[in-house]
This record gives sequence, C-alpha cells and structure tokens, in this order.
Amino acid sequence: MTAPLQRPNKKNPVCKTRQPTLPPWTRSRVALGMTAAAAEGRFELQRCARCQAVQYPPREACHRCLCIDLPWVEIDGGGKLISQTRLLHSHDLYFRERVPWRLGMVQLDAGPTVVVHLHGDVAAPPARVRVACKLDKAGMAVLVGFPAEEVPNMADDRQLRELTCNPQFRRVFVTDGKTATGQAVVRALAAAGADLIWVGHAEPWKLVPGLAALQALEQVTLVPLDVTDQRSIKEVASQVGAKVDILINTAEYHRAFSISARQGTDIARMEMDVNYLGLLRLAQEFGPVMKARGADGQSSAVAWVNLLSIFALANFPSHGTYSASKAAALSLAQCLRAEMRVAGVRVINVFPGPIDDEWNQLLPPPKLAPTAVANAIIDALRDGIEDVYPGDVAQEWRMRLKDSAKAFERELSVGSGT
Amino acid sequence: MSVTTRAGYQGVAVAVPITVPYVRYSTMSAHWWIARALAALLEAAGVEKAAVDGVCVSGFLLFPDTAVGLMQHLGLSPRWLDHIPMGGNSGVVALRRAARAVQAGDAEFVACLAGDTNHVDSFRHTVASFSQFARDAVYPYGSGGPNASFAFLTDYVMRTTGITREDYGKLCVAQRTNALAFPHALFKKPLSLAEYLAARPIAEPLHLFDCVMPCAGAEAFLVTTEDRARALGLPYARVLGTIERHNAYPEDPIQYRGGWAMDRDDLYAQAGVGPEAMDFVQVYDDYPVITAMQLEDLGFCPKGEVKAFIRSHSFTCDGTLPLNTSGGQLSVGQAGAAGGYLGLVEALRQLTGQTLGTPVPNAQFGLVSGFGMINYDRGLCSGAAVLARGHVQ
Repeated sequence: MTAPLQRPNKKNPVCKTRQPTLPPWTRSRVALGMTAAAAEGRFELQRCARCQAVQYPPREACHRCLCIDLPWVEIDGGGKLISQTRLLHSHDLYFRERVPWRLGMVQLDAGPTVVVHLHGDVAAPPARVRVACKLDKAGMAVLVGFPAEEVPNMADDRQLRELTCNPQFRRVFVTDGKTATGQAVVRALAAAGADLIWVGHAEPWKLVPGLAALQALEQVTLVPLDVTDQRSIKEVASQVGAKVDILINTAEYHRAFSISARQGTDIARMEMDVNYLGLLRLAQEFGPVMKARGADGQSSAVAWVNLLSIFALANFPSHGTYSASKAAALSLAQCLRAEMRVAGVRVINVFPGPIDDEWNQLLPPPKLAPTAVANAIIDALRDGIEDVYPGDVAQEWRMRLKDSAKAFERELSVGSGT
Repeated sequence: MSVTTRAGYQGVAVAVPITVPYVRYSTMSAHWWIARALAALLEAAGVEKAAVDGVCVSGFLLFPDTAVGLMQHLGLSPRWLDHIPMGGNSGVVALRRAARAVQAGDAEFVACLAGDTNHVDSFRHTVASFSQFARDAVYPYGSGGPNASFAFLTDYVMRTTGITREDYGKLCVAQRTNALAFPHALFKKPLSLAEYLAARPIAEPLHLFDCVMPCAGAEAFLVTTEDRARALGLPYARVLGTIERHNAYPEDPIQYRGGWAMDRDDLYAQAGVGPEAMDFVQVYDDYPVITAMQLEDLGFCPKGEVKAFIRSHSFTCDGTLPLNTSGGQLSVGQAGAAGGYLGLVEALRQLTGQTLGTPVPNAQFGLVSGFGMINYDRGLCSGAAVLARGHVQ
C-alpha cells in the first residue's frame, strides 16, 4: 500500500542538485494525438469510423479494415492486467535514475493490449485495472494502470508523482494576491497542503480587502512584487526563486473596452505590460532557476501556471484589447512551455470563461466564481493536466472553436453589438 | 493450417558455415563484420569474389546503407540481391529466399551474410529507435528494451503454466555446457543452476542469465546447387522443409504462442520427417521463455507441457535432444542480426561434420527455428527449417 507522502527533509546544501533528465520523448506524429487528449486530461485512442476497431499503438490505417478515417475517441480505461514486470535495469538515463520501475501489460476492455506504467497498489495479475492517459516529464502522453477502485494515498505513488504536480509539501509563488482570483488560489493552495506560499502584491501601500486575511494563513508570506517592474521581479527572484516549486501567475490587468470605445492606447499598453510583458519578465527571472531544479528531490520545481482567458483563443470584441493581450500571453506561454520542457517543468495554461469579478460586471451569467478557477488550478496540478478550460463558457467556446473557428468569429462579432 | 503441397528444395545445397569470432564491443562497423564473413566464406569455399552471383544480407547497423550500398562497398556485382530485416528470423528466411533463387536459376552461388557491430552505446540507440510502435508505445515505458518485453511474457507464462525459474535455468545451464566446447562463445565459464538462480534481477522475473548479451560478430553460409557444391568439394546439407510467418495470431492478447504453431504441420509434411526424427534442435534463444515456446509450438511436446518436457531431457550435445549445440545466443552472445544466423550456421556444422565444439553423434536431421522483431508487444517473425545431412565427402 502506498505510504502517505511525508514532508521532505531539508535539502543538504553540500550535495549537488541533480540535473533534470527526461524520459524518451520521440513520438510519431500520429501518436501525438494521444498527447493532445492527455493535455486536457482525457484518454483517447483511435477508433475506426467504419468497423469501430480500436487501434493501439496509434496507426495510419485501421488494422482490421484498412480504413484511414480513424477519429480519436474517449476510451473507457477499464481492463485486465495480464502481466507485469519490475525493471531494475534501463537503457535510458531518466529511468536508470528511478529504477525499480513497475510496468504492466493490460488488455483493455476496448480491445487492444497496452503497456502501462503500473501503480504500486495494483494487485498482481490477473487484476482489474483502470488505465488513464497522463503527460510524462517530457510532456508526452503515457498510459498508467491504476487500481480499479480508489485506494488510500493513491496520488502519492512514487511513479505517479513523476506525472503530476501535487502542491502538497511544495513551495508556491502566486504573483498577485490582490485579485479575487489570486486570493482564492492562495487559499486553495493552503488547503491543498502547500508548505510555503509567497504572495506578490504590487503597490503595497494600496490596501485591498482580503489581503490581511491571507497574511493570517501560516503558510503565507506577502512579497512586494510589481510584474511591470523588472527590477522588482529580479529582486524577489534572487531571494526566493531557488525555492519555488510551482509558480502561479495570477497578475492581470483587465478593462472592458473595444477599439472605438476608448481614445489612445494607454489602457491597451497597461494590459500588454501586465498580461504579456509581465509574463515575459517573470519567465526571464524565475524560469532559469526553476529549470535548474527540475529533478531536485521530492519537491522539485514542477509547474508554472498561467492564468490566461478563454478570450485568448478568439477575440471577444467588447473586451477587445484585453483579448489581444491574453492572446499575446498565450503565444508567449507556448514559447515558455517549449523552454521549460527540457527540465520537465510543466507549463499549465488556464483558460477560464468570464470570472465573476468587478471587471466582468456587465457580462451576463454564467460567470465563474474565483474559487472555481482556483479549484481548477489545483485539480490540474494534481491530475497533471496542461490545458484547462474551467466553466461552461470556456467549454462552449472550446467546442465552437473546434467545430469552426471562422463561424465562431462571426458569431462573436454579431453577438458583441456596439 | 491447411497443409499445402509446396515444391521441395531438390538440388539445393547449403554449405560453408562461417562464424567470425565475436567480441563484446567493436569499434568497427557492421560493414566490416559482414566483409570479414564474406572473405571467410570465399576462402573456405575456395572461390573468388566474382563467383558470387547472389547475396542475402541482414544487419541492423548497416544504416544508412542497405544490402544495395553494401554491394558497392564490397565490390560485388550480383545478379540477385535480397535484404532481410527480420532480426532473429533472418537466417531461416535467407535460406528460403536463396534456395528458391538457386532452384529457379536466378542465382547459382548465393552468399548469405549477417553481421552487426556493437559499439559501447549502439544497443541503446537500436532499442530506442527499433520501430515506430516501439518508439511510441514501449520505449517511453522504462526503456527496458527486449528485457522488459520478454519479462512480460515470462511473467505470464510462469503464472499460467507453473513453469519455474529452475526449468528455465536448466535450459540455460545446458546451453552453457554446450558452449564450453565451442571456441567462439563469449561465455567461457561453467554456469551452475545455483548461480543462475542467484543472479541479480534485471526485469522481474528475468535475471542476468536469462538475458542475451549484445556483442559484435558475423555469420555466413552458402546456398548453391548440389552439383556446384560437389564440384567444389564442399560438404553440404539439404533442405527438407521450411516455413515462415509474420504477425501470427494478432488477436492473442499476449504472445503465448508463435507462428510455428500455425505452420508446423506444413513444415513436417514438406520435410517428410517429424520432430521425433530430429537429432538436434537449434532454436532462437534470446530468452529461455522463447526457447521453451518453440519446443512446444514446433511439436516436441504438447502446448503447456514444456515443463515436464524440460524435466525429462538433458539438452546437452551428448544427451537427449541436443539443443543449441554451440551454446546459443545466451552463451555465445547476440551479434545483432547475426543472432538470427547462429543456429542455422551451427546446424550446418553439425550436419557437415565441421563442428568446432561438441559434435552430436551421427546427426542426420536437424531443426532450426527463428524468431524476430519485437515490433510492439510481440515478436512478429517466425520461421523454421528442417535440414538433413547431405554429401559430406
């Protein structure tokens, strides 16, 4: 049975920090379809449109009827463990550092036999298992065999923790504690067992409601931080950057306006300064030191979370310049993801629909409670998801975009009125 | 499987067994090893290079070359050429292809060549990029290579049939006994069952002596007409029957049987002799589980009863059912694609009175089987050949 996770010992400063290595990341293009689904927490395989045969490993043509229409569909992960091994030798550096490593062969109820990373609590074969698809340290989809039923401390399995970013006993930096969402994130992290939470707040002389309550949490340390000021970020990063396991960028500047509703570019400039350049500055100051700690023991640097917006994916005209700044941030986040990937640090992008805060006052419901955004972030960290679309609006946007981005653009332009 | 009436291999001679002595690591290339094998074959046959009008080549590490590039590399101009990328099944398949070419007159003197090098880091690269399915769906899972694949199979078979490590150990120990007399075996120390059982685990339930050791080396043999072999004064073996199969039983959730089970009736019908007539068996043996599976699937014992079969035979050259008489890959080493030739070349030695190790007394018939290419979760290629002593002097 998996032992509950313990608070890690203090790091011995004499020992060299282990450099991050990655599991093998080479995949065929067709296999990346699994990664696309895993990034959102789903287990999908190809299923032949004609004969319904499920394919694995991913293929270019149906192994039964040679049809080439092989859509990815969500698969029920139920299956039977038919064989297992425990590796004590590996050809790959990453696994060599982590053996023994448990693997299984599972005959899925859906048909194919799959090789999986096997959770320590799965009984010896033959045993029922539930297979899920996760992203590994290299950012690639891998299959994991879980016990069929929930067991105590299931998330604390040593192998599983290579695929997730559970905040428990970790040290987290939240860049802005002044917004309702930022505060909800801090409270959720404390509840999730984070060890230390640094909370940035710009212009510390301006008091906002809720900040004092945050400070009362024993895990929380308030840190003056202005993401528009490179020197401020550099200073903070030099003090705490080498301890940050998870960075959550909640800082944002949000004003509701279209192009013609405002004169000049001052607001748009502020939005870009916080939402886009702020991320760039944070990435420059915190990124390198987090990358260096990608394999630093139990609580290594694991994740970087960007609070984006569903408006990053398509411009919402009544929040037009804000949408543009979030689109810019999304593009930069993709760059950051590529750079952090080499260290196994996951970049998680969160795309909420409109949050129920003062800047979305005039938008009709449904609006997302700040706590819902915070919980979605915690869930993504725990489950190892990399793209999160919390709330009904975000989900609807996602579906409409997938169906037809052009049609959706027209719908948005008509729906926005004047 | 239906028993077909296939043409026999009348008039075909298989001769000139060549082994280029193996080394654990080599700084030379696969081309070098194959060149050495060809040179040794020509010297033993007593012919010039120009006599070679057909070539079969197997080698994992020839990349970016294939058999084609190798012809210019070696200065050969054959009128018939085949590249056989079937790993451990390469020997049997090369024999099949070459025999038909010779019978049809497309070639008369076919050099069958297999070799690979082994740089310090080359096995890792081979495993990492072995196939698209392996790269997508196996290597990212612990990167255990074939050890992990055969561990799954061994775990399954042990649990479902009750076969034990002691049973597998008996096969490994017997092969080591055979290897001690074979000068080219890389393993030269006796292996006891106690040592086998006490070895360190590699991929449970596999331990060190269950796993083949990668090395560099080359093997070769000649396929020609009986007339030509006689004219050259070359002792040879005849081919009585052969089979091959690819991706057998794809619906089996795990590979508890191989293509031999599908085709063995065909094999023995063509050969005109059955398993009971075999004086020795050379099976593909990168792991003992697959050795035992071949014994079952080739009809030496009923499926699921190999445990009792192992307990009732000695498998040594001087005992009952001599198995892998040069020591097999487990004791000689696995020189990449040459591993797929090792059993065939040793069978030729036994049947032509040219053994380097212990001869099987009065061997008349021998069976060679091949197995290759763990593409995803199973080996895809299987094959076998029944050979008979031909003209010896």
